[in-house]
Amino acid sequence: MSVIEAKNLTKVYNPDTVPVNALQGVDLTIEKGEFTAIVGPSGSGKTTLLNIIGGLDRPSDGVIRVDGEEIANLTDNQLIDFRQKKIGFVFQSYNLIPVLTVAENTEFVMLLQKRPKAERDKRVAELLESVGLSEKKNVRPSQLSGGQQQRVAVARALAPKPAFILADEPTANLDSASASNLLDIMEKLNREEGITFVFSTHDSRVIDRAKRVVTLVDGKIGTDVVQH
Amino acid sequence: MRNVTLHLTPHPFFLIPEKMFLKLAWRNLWRNKRRTIISISSVLFAVLFASVISSFQKGTWDHMVDNVVRYYLGYAQIHQNGFWDDQSLENSFDPQSVPASLQSEMQLTPRLESFALASSGEVTRGVLVVGIDPEKEDEMTRLKSRLTQGQYLEMNGSTVLVAEGLASLLNLKVADTLILVSQGYQGRNAAGAYPIGGMVKFGAPDLNKQLVIMPLPLARDFYGTGERLTSLAVNLPGRDALPEALQVLNKELPADEFEVMDFKKLMPELIEAQELDTAGAKLILWTLYLLIGFGLFGTILMMTRERTYEFGVLTAIGTKRKTLIGMLWSETLMIGIVGAVLGILISIPIVWYLHVSPIELTGNMAKAYENYGIEPVIKTAFEMGIFLKQAWVISLISCGLAIYPTWYIWNLKPVKAMRE
Ligand SMILES: Nc1ncnc2c1ncn2[C@@H]1O[C@H](COP(=O)(O)OP(=O)(O)O)[C@@H](O)[C@H]1O
Ligand SMILES: [Mg+2]
Repeated sequence: MSVIEAKNLTKVYNPDTVPVNALQGVDLTIEKGEFTAIVGPSGSGKTTLLNIIGGLDRPSDGVIRVDGEEIANLTDNQLIDFRQKKIGFVFQSYNLIPVLTVAENTEFVMLLQKRPKAERDKRVAELLESVGLSEKKNVRPSQLSGGQQQRVAVARALAPKPAFILADEPTANLDSASASNLLDIMEKLNREEGITFVFSTHDSRVIDRAKRVVTLVDGKIGTDVVQH
Repeated sequence: MRNVTLHLTPHPFFLIPEKMFLKLAWRNLWRNKRRTIISISSVLFAVLFASVISSFQKGTWDHMVDNVVRYYLGYAQIHQNGFWDDQSLENSFDPQSVPASLQSEMQLTPRLESFALASSGEVTRGVLVVGIDPEKEDEMTRLKSRLTQGQYLEMNGSTVLVAEGLASLLNLKVADTLILVSQGYQGRNAAGAYPIGGMVKFGAPDLNKQLVIMPLPLARDFYGTGERLTSLAVNLPGRDALPEALQVLNKELPADEFEVMDFKKLMPELIEAQELDTAGAKLILWTLYLLIGFGLFGTILMMTRERTYEFGVLTAIGTKRKTLIGMLWSETLMIGIVGAVLGILISIPIVWYLHVSPIELTGNMAKAYENYGIEPVIKTAFEMGIFLKQAWVISLISCGLAIYPTWYIWNLKPVKAMRE
């Protein structure tokens, strides 16, 4: 079973006033363990696609199945629950809750899931170790660099062991060293723990690191290439 | 079919994430220290002001009412049914029909009151003649202390007391003779001449101009009522003792024979005046709370709107709306509760101090009080109810204000929120 299955996805913004065809019939299947980049220039529909896959927005037409479930049938509140249980999110910036420490941010979703403390503590220690931020665990996000914040966001997304991780331009606000470092960590987690990553980008250095590159042009799939 | 990695480990019930959201709420409050401190202070001052003002108001009125009550009426009275509406001797009663057990349970001060014409020879005036038990009356109303000239009454004496104002209207002195004419019980003619044994001074002008006081046997003789009385005033140490006393009275007195009236019914005008005055003060306090409410609303509005992006992230990663709403309610209530608790904690010693060491009045104000036999002080009432009421009002306002973030989160769409 595919983790993500999209068929003929379309999205029209403002259908009644100034319609914008952000997605125009996208077919996309993602299997477990993939490390896939959605690539395209600004305005090509990357965010729209990721939002629909992540159950943050609804398609105007088409079918979207995530982990076997047709999420278009879920109510808004069911979608919240669905996201919490199945998907890890990393956004472009300001992912973290400013009043929580690094460790508290990392355990946040596990706490929503009411996981026992022992399990949470173990997982947080393990993840902060692998993103290289163990010494920063009691620090607030404002004391971290942008790259460090994104690494915490990845740790938080991973903590509850979701079906896959969606990252919308996770390196957009990072310098190249930080971006490369974040990619290293994501690659390692993908390789060692088999975590499925789907991320969008228009940064060529990041595109080079992806195993599969799906290009979006004006809301349509252009090329779909497996690299390396 | 389902992903096996998603099995949730069984969790003990006390691991509620809500606990974490209280912590979050508390920390969120201190993100903008200055704003939070200003908000809490505004609640604090409103509560402080309202508590002190309300306590003063209640205290001043209670002091006045208590004094008037002790002056003559008493906290409660027993009459023959219908007496209060038609205060005639025909509505008097035989004290034998009051259960003896009641007489031993509380001190009842007997009175026989009716109207008469008083004459000194040249001048004639309408007067109120009251027959009393001199000892009991003094115990209850300190009548003896109002004596300005001559001798106090004796139960078996034949002299009467005349209020100073009346005496001067009639041009009478101690040892002069007062002539009284009236209609007695069951239409009898009542007439008598009584030597004035002493003068008493009443602050209240209406009493001072019309009161004639005589020993009960003399009054019974004058009005021809036999053993009958018009009222029994209940001598209570204070208003706190009233509810219990009323319960006993209502239980032991046959309702078809007697009416039991508390001081609120005995002097409705004064109570009405208090209520009117209280309503005026309430209006001021409500205005104050309204202003505080608007100020707080500004804070809540900013607190909510400036975190739109964050709420978007939180819902995106799976935080339930009701959890976020709970967090924002907590933040709103925390401002209210912290402010109210601090306000009350500061009010308590202030109100207590003004309760135990009242402010002494001076000048005309003091004279006016003294004229009515009221100690010329204003003091606060020290009642927990007054403080609790402020806490209650603040809680209500906070809950009202929390409707805004509730509505805001309820309509929040993560994608839209994160585009801001
Ligand atoms: N909420 C919206 N309302 C109207 N148009 C939108 C909205 N979101 C995105 N768009 C438009 O949809 C198109 C695709 O946008 P987006 O998915 O954000 O692309 P990308 O992430 O690749 O930059 C763009 O033309 C954008 O202007
Ligand atoms: Mg985008």
